[in-house]
Amino acid sequence: MTAVTPDERVVAENRGTWASGDRTVEATSHVFLAIWSIIVIVPFLWVVLSSFKTTKEILASPFSLPAHWSFDNYVHAWTDAGIRKFFLNTVIVVGVALVLVMLLGAMCSYVLARFVFPGARFIYYAMIAGLTFPIFLAIVPLFFILKNGGLLNTLPGLIMVYVAFALPFTVFFLYSFFKTLPDEVYEAAVIDGAGDWRIFFQIMLPMARPGIAAVAIFNFLGLWNQFLLPVALNTDPNRYVLTQGMAEFASQAGYSVDFGALFAAVVITVVPVLVVYLIFQRRLEGSVSQGTFR
Amino acid sequence: MPSLDRLSFIAVFLGVPVAVYVIFVIYPFGRALYFSMTDWSGFTPTYNFVGLDNFTKLFHDDTFMRALRNNLELAIVVPFVTIVLALAIASIVTVGGPRRGPVRGIRGSSFYRVVSFFPYTVPAIVIGLIWAQVYDPSAGILNAFLTKIGLSGFQDFAWLGDPRTAMPASMFVIIWSFVGFYTVLFVAAIKGVPSEIYEAARMDGAGRFRTAVLITLPLIRDTVQTAYIYLGITVLDAFVYMQALNPNGGPNNTTRTMSQDLFNTAFRKGQFGYATAMGVVLAVVTLLFAAIVFAINHFTGGGERRLRR
Repeated sequence: MTAVTPDERVVAENRGTWASGDRTVEATSHVFLAIWSIIVIVPFLWVVLSSFKTTKEILASPFSLPAHWSFDNYVHAWTDAGIRKFFLNTVIVVGVALVLVMLLGAMCSYVLARFVFPGARFIYYAMIAGLTFPIFLAIVPLFFILKNGGLLNTLPGLIMVYVAFALPFTVFFLYSFFKTLPDEVYEAAVIDGAGDWRIFFQIMLPMARPGIAAVAIFNFLGLWNQFLLPVALNTDPNRYVLTQGMAEFASQAGYSVDFGALFAAVVITVVPVLVVYLIFQRRLEGSVSQGTFR
Repeated sequence: MPSLDRLSFIAVFLGVPVAVYVIFVIYPFGRALYFSMTDWSGFTPTYNFVGLDNFTKLFHDDTFMRALRNNLELAIVVPFVTIVLALAIASIVTVGGPRRGPVRGIRGSSFYRVVSFFPYTVPAIVIGLIWAQVYDPSAGILNAFLTKIGLSGFQDFAWLGDPRTAMPASMFVIIWSFVGFYTVLFVAAIKGVPSEIYEAARMDGAGRFRTAVLITLPLIRDTVQTAYIYLGITVLDAFVYMQALNPNGGPNNTTRTMSQDLFNTAFRKGQFGYATAMGVVLAVVTLLFAAIVFAINHFTGGGERRLRR
C-alpha cells in the first residue's frame, strides 16, 4: 500500500466542495461493480441450483427451485458418468507433475541464478523463450515423440509433458527469487563445511518457500485446468482427466445429455480449485503483484 | 578447478530439467518447422518434402482463411474490451474512493476484487460449458431472464446458433473469464504508483475519469502492453472456449478458429504435415501481433527506456 495520509489542511479544504459529487460518483461506481459481480456470480449460482434439479425440471424452467433437494445428480455423475475416475486421474497427474516441476524448476533456477559458468545465460533465455511458443505448434510432433517412446495415452507420459511445459514459467519466476536470497547465509554454510547438495536441500530450498508456494499455486491452477495437452495426447477414456471428461459431456449429441449430471460434474470440478483459491487468495494476488507477469 | 561435488551437483541439477525441456519442448518445436514442409499423414512411414506447398495451399483454403479472419477479429476486440473493463474496475478499487482523506478505493473493494478474480480459477472448458448452458435457447438462463423482464423475441433465440450473435456471444465469454485476472494485475501496477501523484492530480481538480486516462494509463502502460500481448496470445488460440461453445465452428464457420481447424486437420483428417503448417501460421501471426503491440507502445512514447529514467 502506498496510501499516504495527506496534510490535514488539504482535507479540510476539500471537504465541502467534493462531498456531494463524491456520493454520486461512488454510487455509480458501486452500481457498475455490483452489476459486474452479478454477471460473474449468477451463472455459478445457477449451475449449483440446477445441479440439484432433474433434467426434466432443468428443461422445463431455468429459474424454478428443485422439487426435491437431492444429491442424485452428484451420485450419478460421480459413479456412472465416470467423474470419480477422471477426478482420481487428475489428482494423480496434477499431483505428481506439480511436485516434479517444482523440484526440477527449483534445481534448475537455483543453478542458473547462483552459479557463474559459460552458457548459463543461454540456457536461461532458451527456457524463457518457451513461455512464448504456442503449444499448438508442438502438439503434432509431441504426439509422435510420446508414441515412439511408448508413453502415448499413459499417465506418466502426460505427467512428463505437463512438467516440461510448466518449466519455463517456474524457472522464470524462481530464478529471480533465488537471485534475491542473501549471500551471507550461503557463505556461512560453506564455512561450516556444508556441500552444495546439503546447502540446497537444507538451507536454500526452505528459504525459498514463499516463492515456491506462490509458483506452486499458479502451476496447480494451470495444470488442473489444462485441456489441449490431454485431449491430444491422452485419448484413452479410462485415463481421461477431469477437463476431458467435461468435454465429453459437451460433445454428446443433443437429447441424450443428462443435464443434471452435467451441472453436478461442473460443481465437482470447480469446488477443489475454488477451495484452493479462497485459502490462498491473498498469496495468489500477492504473487501477481510481485511482477510475475511483467 | 571446481570440486567433484560441485560438478556432479551442477550436472544433475541442470542436466535433468534441461533434458526434459529439450525432449518435450524444444525438439517438438524444431520438428514442427520441418513437418510443415512435408506431406506427411502421420500414419505412413515415408513422406515427401514439399517445400512451401502447404503454405500456398493454406492461403487458398477458404475455411482456414475464414478461421484466420475470426482469430484476427478476436485479437482486436477481446483484449481491448477486457483491458478497458479491467482498468475501470482496478481504478475504482484503488484510487476511486472518496476525494478526501488518503487516496484509496471505494468501500467493499476487496469483495469486488475477490469476486471478479474468481472465473480465473475455473477451468476454461468448464467456463465454456457453463456459458453454453446459459446461452441455451430454451433452457438457458439468459433467454429466461430477458423474457422475464419483458423483452420479446428471446424465447428461443439461439445465441450461439445465429451467425450474427455467435461470435459476439463467444467473445463475451472470453472477456468474462479474464477481466478479474487483469484487474488484479492492474491493481498491483497502480499500487506501484506513488500516491503523491494522485493527490497532486486531485488538488488540480482532475476528475476520476481524467485521472484514469491521463495519469493511470500512461504510468502503467508497460503492464497494459503485457496484458495486451498475453490476451492476444490467448485469443489467437482460443481453442478451449470455442470447442466448448461451438465444437463445429459455429453457424457458417463464424466462430471457427485456426486452432480448431488445426486440431481437426491433424487428429481427424490425419493430414499432419498440413496441420503443422497451420501451426506455423498461427505462431507467425502471434509473433506479429506481439511485434505490433510493442511497436505501437514504442512509437506513442512508451517502452522501458522512458520508465527507467
